[in-house]
Amino acid sequence: MAQVAFAPDVFTWPSEEPRLIGGRCTKCDSVTFPRPSSCARCGSPEVDEHLLPRRGTLWTFTTQGFLPKEPYAGGETQETFRPFGVGLVQLGDEVRVEARLTESDPERLAIDMEVELVIVPFRTDEDGTEVLTFAFQPVSERGA
Amino acid sequence: MNDVAIIGVGLHPFGRFGDKSAIDMGADAVRAALADAGITWNQVQFGFGGSFEVDNPDAVTSRLGLTGIPFMDVYNGCATAATALQLTAEGIRSGQYDFGVAVGMDKHGHGAFTSDPVDYAAPAWYGEIGHFLTTKFFAMKINRYMHDHGISHETLAKVAAKGYRNGVLNPNAFRRKEIPEEQILSSRMLNYPLTQYMFCSPDEGAAAVVMCRADLAKQYTSTPIYLRASTLRTRRYGAFEVHASWAAVEQDDAPTVYASKAAYEMAGIGPEDVDVIQLQDTDAGAEVIHMAENGFCKDGEQERLIAEGATEIGGPLPVNTDGGLIANGEPIGASGLRQVHELVLQLRGQAGDRQVPGDPRVGYAQLYGAPGTAGVSILSR
Repeated sequence: MAQVAFAPDVFTWPSEEPRLIGGRCTKCDSVTFPRPSSCARCGSPEVDEHLLPRRGTLWTFTTQGFLPKEPYAGGETQETFRPFGVGLVQLGDEVRVEARLTESDPERLAIDMEVELVIVPFRTDEDGTEVLTFAFQPVSERGA
Repeated sequence: MNDVAIIGVGLHPFGRFGDKSAIDMGADAVRAALADAGITWNQVQFGFGGSFEVDNPDAVTSRLGLTGIPFMDVYNGCATAATALQLTAEGIRSGQYDFGVAVGMDKHGHGAFTSDPVDYAAPAWYGEIGHFLTTKFFAMKINRYMHDHGISHETLAKVAAKGYRNGVLNPNAFRRKEIPEEQILSSRMLNYPLTQYMFCSPDEGAAAVVMCRADLAKQYTSTPIYLRASTLRTRRYGAFEVHASWAAVEQDDAPTVYASKAAYEMAGIGPEDVDVIQLQDTDAGAEVIHMAENGFCKDGEQERLIAEGATEIGGPLPVNTDGGLIANGEPIGASGLRQVHELVLQLRGQAGDRQVPGDPRVGYAQLYGAPGTAGVSILSR
């Protein structure tokens, strides 16, 4: 089955150790995600590609309990939709990024818990192509 | 610079109104505000109209009389109404006009707002993967706030229950039924920790405010309400904001904090002087956070204050006495002018069953919304 990233410039793929592709301003050093056309802090158009750390901590989180309207393209219906977790993940002292979480039970999520980047199936298109997205999973899940 | 007085307020009820257009609701609100002011449409020299759904709110002039006045349309997210209010006030402050109208109207479909993320400087994929939702942002903000400042789920339920309770007392409100705290807590979890009954709904409605040069106001009313300050601020680098795929580690205050400080300074009034408060309660958590962002308490004090009933109509910090967004819903263009409508009634002593006791003299209104814009207005007798 073919696998494709939902967008080519958001995370490195295929890769054994995928990374989110951010940007670092050459003028003021501020890091953003994804790489912007100009810096949100100083406005400079010179923002270099910058790969973000794979591990971080969960600064805050919520759950998405209802099917989002368009432009959401997850392909579910009201009947098939399952809530998913969403977090703001702090990556070192560089930046916080919004991402889906592999865990959707708030009882199993905690602020400041350690999480790491994983690439997960997002939807399967009619031709069988599996579209992939990025997510963070609690580090403790790995041994479970 | 002229001072500015509010001499008339008008409201079309908030809720669901079948085929009635937003323009017709806006016209009703303006007629009510004109009648309240005791002036005619022909005396109005200019206006600002705010809406999300209506491209040209100035079509309202075709319902009121095509007098040829300058009428400007504004949209500024959830701060649209504050923008219309401020620009109308500026037109009078500057000396250009003596009488103006600010009107807001909207007619939204059901469910959470949506749009194209690209128009919010976010990547297109941000919406495709399901992140382009204001409700999710508010949930993430209050979740961290609860963790840092010891706010409980029960406090969120108390805030929502107060909104519905105050809505019962407001004949113009959308939701006019009490909902017990247990039912609020056990309703469907939309975005943890926020349940269905902790959120406001987009709906329909309109509100209008007639303003004039303060030195003319006494000719029209014995109780002019003065607009002492109106400020708008956008987010700074470091603020955690709605519709953003990232946030800076280096933190700065929310735009509300800056708008609030500027408004207090402009009015020469402090939070301790405010008698009636209107806050953006898109959800119960937003009301909790906004109490602190607007200087009415320190972070974390809300847990005790709300348990003590401080924000009830009879409390020392009455918040959202008309039920706020939770009971009224949010027709974006009208929402902030509804806040002003309520404050004017309260300061005139005309709020009926929900009148704040003790002869309130100073009112405060705050709006916040996408993509990180805040507006604050301070009114006094």
